[in-house]
Order: sequence, then structure tokens, then C-alpha cells
Amino acid sequence: MTHLDTQVLIVGAGGAGMYAALAAARAGAERVLLVDKSFVGRGGATIMAQMTVAAALAEESDDDWRWHLADTLDAGRGLCDETLAGVLCEEAPVRIREMGEWQVGWARRDNGRIAQVTAPGHSRPRCCYVDFLNTGPAVAATLRRQLSRIETIRRVSNLLVTDLVTVDGAVVGAVALDTASGEPVTIAAPATIIAAGGLTRIYRRNSASANMGGDGYALALLAGAPLVDMEFVQFFPIGHLAPRLVGMDPIMWDPFRYKLGGRLLDGGGNEFLARYGSDETDAYTTPRDIASYAITQEVAAGRGSPHGGVYLSFEHVPPAALRAAFGPVIKRLAKNGIDLARAPVEVSAIAHYHMGGIVVDARLASPVPGLYAAGEAVGGANGANRLSGNAIPEALVFGERAGREAAVAEPAAGWRHSAASAAVARIDELAAGRSGEITAAQLLDRLRALMWDDVGTLRSAAGLARALARLAELRSALGEVAVGPGRACNPGLAEWFELRASLVAAEAVTRAALARRESRGAHQREDFPDGDLERATSQRVALDPSGAIAASLAP
Amino acid sequence: MKTARLKVRRGGHGDATRYDEFAVPFEEGATVLDALVWVRTHRDASLAVRYSCINANVCKECTIAVDGKVVYACTTRLVADRAMLLDPLPGKRHLRDLVSETRPPRERLT
Repeated sequence: MTHLDTQVLIVGAGGAGMYAALAAARAGAERVLLVDKSFVGRGGATIMAQMTVAAALAEESDDDWRWHLADTLDAGRGLCDETLAGVLCEEAPVRIREMGEWQVGWARRDNGRIAQVTAPGHSRPRCCYVDFLNTGPAVAATLRRQLSRIETIRRVSNLLVTDLVTVDGAVVGAVALDTASGEPVTIAAPATIIAAGGLTRIYRRNSASANMGGDGYALALLAGAPLVDMEFVQFFPIGHLAPRLVGMDPIMWDPFRYKLGGRLLDGGGNEFLARYGSDETDAYTTPRDIASYAITQEVAAGRGSPHGGVYLSFEHVPPAALRAAFGPVIKRLAKNGIDLARAPVEVSAIAHYHMGGIVVDARLASPVPGLYAAGEAVGGANGANRLSGNAIPEALVFGERAGREAAVAEPAAGWRHSAASAAVARIDELAAGRSGEITAAQLLDRLRALMWDDVGTLRSAAGLARALARLAELRSALGEVAVGPGRACNPGLAEWFELRASLVAAEAVTRAALARRESRGAHQREDFPDGDLERATSQRVALDPSGAIAASLAP
Repeated sequence: MKTARLKVRRGGHGDATRYDEFAVPFEEGATVLDALVWVRTHRDASLAVRYSCINANVCKECTIAVDGKVVYACTTRLVADRAMLLDPLPGKRHLRDLVSETRPPRERLT
């Protein structure tokens, strides 16, 4: 069996993981191991980001990171961890300028300054981008290029971390499945950084890569770490719904709404956001949580579009302005049969980002010795609703801090093979093949449907209780899942571990959602439609002494 | 309802060339990757196919050969009423079913 020994292990190689590896190497770590169950720098959320990146660069108008922080706290509806949010906003400018020096290609004005637009929720133009719809791919490519220059960073693709290994309550490494060979791998590491992203894949309609199934949250929770704000799943309000669009990210419409003021219309062609307290006469300003709620309510009231969303219309924009704003995207849309000058498209809410995550301090260290987090895997910075443009700065800023801190961490306990043996044995047992009536692919399909139906944009005690009962059924079915024989590239083997992790993450979301008996930000309860001032406190989810997943108010 | 048919290369490295045929419900605008995901969920979960970003051709993982032409499965439209021939990427070491060795050499464990 392969055993790897490293100083810093990083689980997940999107923006946060790649930056954490760079920072750990820069801080002097002699051996850094960056692993991804997909391909390094190609999976996850960063590469999917087509939108904007917020940083108080003051290129277009006066700005200050404290104003960015004020907007972030406001969007978070009273629940942000102000320390983490402060770190994010204060350090975003240096990271974004550094990406510029690394030739990411930020869009610039004629005078050479970085272009910054005003995304919803921002008090001034603060959001930069790479044209056209290329922000995430450009950031990912830039980080991959930086990584390839550093000999002390070892990158491994197709390595799925199944379990963290603990000794005396400290994380000392991990067990992983090499999905290419189907063999177990043990990894000793005094410091482990979870940078595995969010959990949007557990929802039927989602805008993330297929590998964002909550693995990082499950790994941390089962290793004894608490999670925070798990009930807050961000539904991006205007995810593409119809006609079928391929070759484009379903959340691509947002920047065009800023640039051109695309109008949201109900099924009858009427504007409706004003009925939800949002006036868009002058500019596109509706925050994500309110827009998602408004669209869901319109559809529920029978005023939706044919496919169950609402219309997004650019028909009022002159064709020349459309061509200038959309550039080559116009041709890609035409290939999909979409002509914005002639007809609207249909959009509806789509699971996009997870505000919740692993509890960490300003060093990005969790309460469990040896365990750190970075990027979307971190909880707290975004409270109940993330401000547009904060996800990539969060990946870079938290990745930098986590990598730097993990590089100098003192080992809390030593590696022990015996502590890894049960996890290794489980891989070997499943790899031997197992007969059964049901597959992990089928159960994942059911999981996505139940989370969408009962733990989505509108929640109720009855729906959440039903979801918990169904999750318990799926969990007990895990033991009966068929796994076909063969180790190399056996999808059933990897999928069993992904299902197990997704069920843990889904239960954490559902328990927190049931316990929050009010509506706030991305968490909307039909049975408790109002906010409760008394509940302006985050909730944590952790294992209780019996090993069950339980929610409680944060201390 | 219309159906699409997929003839899919099966087996591991060095196995004799063999294809399985699947009939898949056809929906207007659907892609080859949609059909493969449908097959994995409803017919045969042991079918190995790489994909990550699903429909935005950014991850490049789902590169396969469709009717002999190298394409992304996520952006190739499904065709009704005839069999589409699906093979792993030519010129790369075949691993299993539609998966070939496309990892950069420095990112492989062994």
C-alpha cells in the first residue's frame, strides 16, 4: 500500500487549495501535498466562476476595505463572523493585485485602470472581472501556472480523501482512495487544510461542478470539528432554466444584468420585484436572497414561466449594445437557439454556494489540532447571505492564510497506522465488490431531489422533518449499495464514499434549518416568515456524545 | 417519446473491444453527457466516464470520441433515432469504459 508523508496536506485543488499550496511553500514548508479527487485546478467552483471578484481597489471611485466590510456584514443579515469577514475584505486588494501581476488579465479601462463594476449589494464599483465570462478559468489557469514552478509542491489528481485520521483528538493525516487504481493510500501530515469547496451538488438544480458534494464538511465533522451557519445555502436567483443551454455556466446572466439592466418579468410579462420591496428603476440592485425568494414566490403563486421560472428579458436593449456587452458570447447563445433581441430566456433559483462551513479562527485553524480550512469550506465570513464577488477573494485570502499558518504548525500528535486501519479496510472491502439492489448513483439522485424539494428556497417544519426521515432511510441503505467489482476507475467505489459524505453534509444543513425557527437571508421558512431579532446568533452543528449530528446555538 | 441510442465502449485496459448499447429517452437540446449520466443512474452504474463541470466545457474532463470525432460529451448534442458510437479518447492509454489516462504525468500517483 502507498504511504505518503508530507508536512502540509491540502484536500481540494480549486482556488483556495492551490493558493494554500503556494503559501505553504512560500512559508518554508519543504513538502506540500495538494490532492484533488478530480483534476488539480480543473474541478470545483473557482474554474466555474464567470462573474466578478470584489476588492476595495479604489480604481473607479474612492473605496476602503472597511466599506467593503460594511457591505459584507449588511448582506450577511447580522450573522457574519466579523473577524473572518474583516480578514477577507482587508486582504482582498493585495491578492487581487497580485493576480494582476501574475497576468490573470483583469479587464481594464482605456486609461489602464482595472475596471470595477457595481454588483448587487455593493455601495460602489468594486467588482473586477476577466472578459468575456472568463474570470474563474483565468484565475484557475494563473494559479496552475504558479504551482507548476514550485518543486516542493506535489500535485496528485484522482485522489479522493475518504477519512481524516485522528490520534488523541488531533488530525494527523488522512486515508484516500486512488480512484485511478482503486487502491487505498495513507497520508501522514502534521497539518491538513480542507479546501474541498461547498455542497451544492446535493441539490437537483445547481451551478457547481459535479464534485462539490459536501465532502470537506463531512470530513471535518466526523473528525470532531464543529460547523457553523449550515442552514444557509445560497440560491443564485437567475440560474438559466430554458431553453436548454450548453457550453455555458447556468449563472452566466448576472454580469449582463449589471451591464445592460436585464429585466425580470413574471409569466405574464410584468415586472414583480417592486412587490418584494426592491426598486430596480435605476439599476440592478436586488440582493440574491431577496431575488431568489421573490422568484420562488411568483412561481408558487402560479405566475411563473412555462418551465417553472420567470423571464429575463433584454429585448429593450438596442442590438448594437447587446453585441458590445456580450461580445463572442452572442454567437455561443445563437448556437443554443437564443436571440436576446427577439425573446427572453427563462431563469430560476439554482443552488450556487454554501455560506456555512468549518468553524475556524483568524489563523484558519479549526478547534481540532492539525485541521485547517480555506475557501468555501470555511463557515462564518458570509453569515446568512454572501455578497456577490466575495467567493474568489475568500478562496485566495483564506488559502493564503491557511497555507502560511499550516506550514509552521507544531505537530499535535504523531501518525499511527493503527488509527488508519479501519478506513483502509473499508476501501478494500468495497473494492472486493458487493451485490445489492440499489446503486450509489440512484441514491444520490434521490438525495438531490429530496434536498431540492424540502430543504430548498422555501422551508417548513413539516418538509424538514420529512427530509430528515428520508435522509435516515438513505443512510441505512448505504450498507446495501451494490458496488461492482474491479478497482481501476471503478465509479461505484468512489461514488459510495461521495454518497456517504453527502448524506452527512445534507443532514447538517437540514438539522440547522429545522432548528432555525425564523426567516433570515438564504434561509426562508414558510411557517416562520419573519426574522427574529432574538435569533441574530449563528448555530453550530457538531457530533453529540452519542455520535449523532446535532445543531445548537453558537457560544 | 423519441429515444437516442448509444453504443458505448466497455471494458478495461487490454480487454477485447466490446460495446454495450443503451436506449435513452431523448429530450430536445440534451447532450451526450446528459445521456451518459442517465445511463449511470437508471441502467448501469458501473459505466465509467469522467466529468466535472457538467455543461460549461471548462474542466475538459469529458473529452471522448463520438462517431470517431474527438469532442466534449458535455457540449455534444444527442441525436435521436440512430446509434451514436462512443469511444475513449484515441491515442491515450485506455483505463476503463470511456476513461483514458488524461492526467498530466506529474499529477499521477503511480
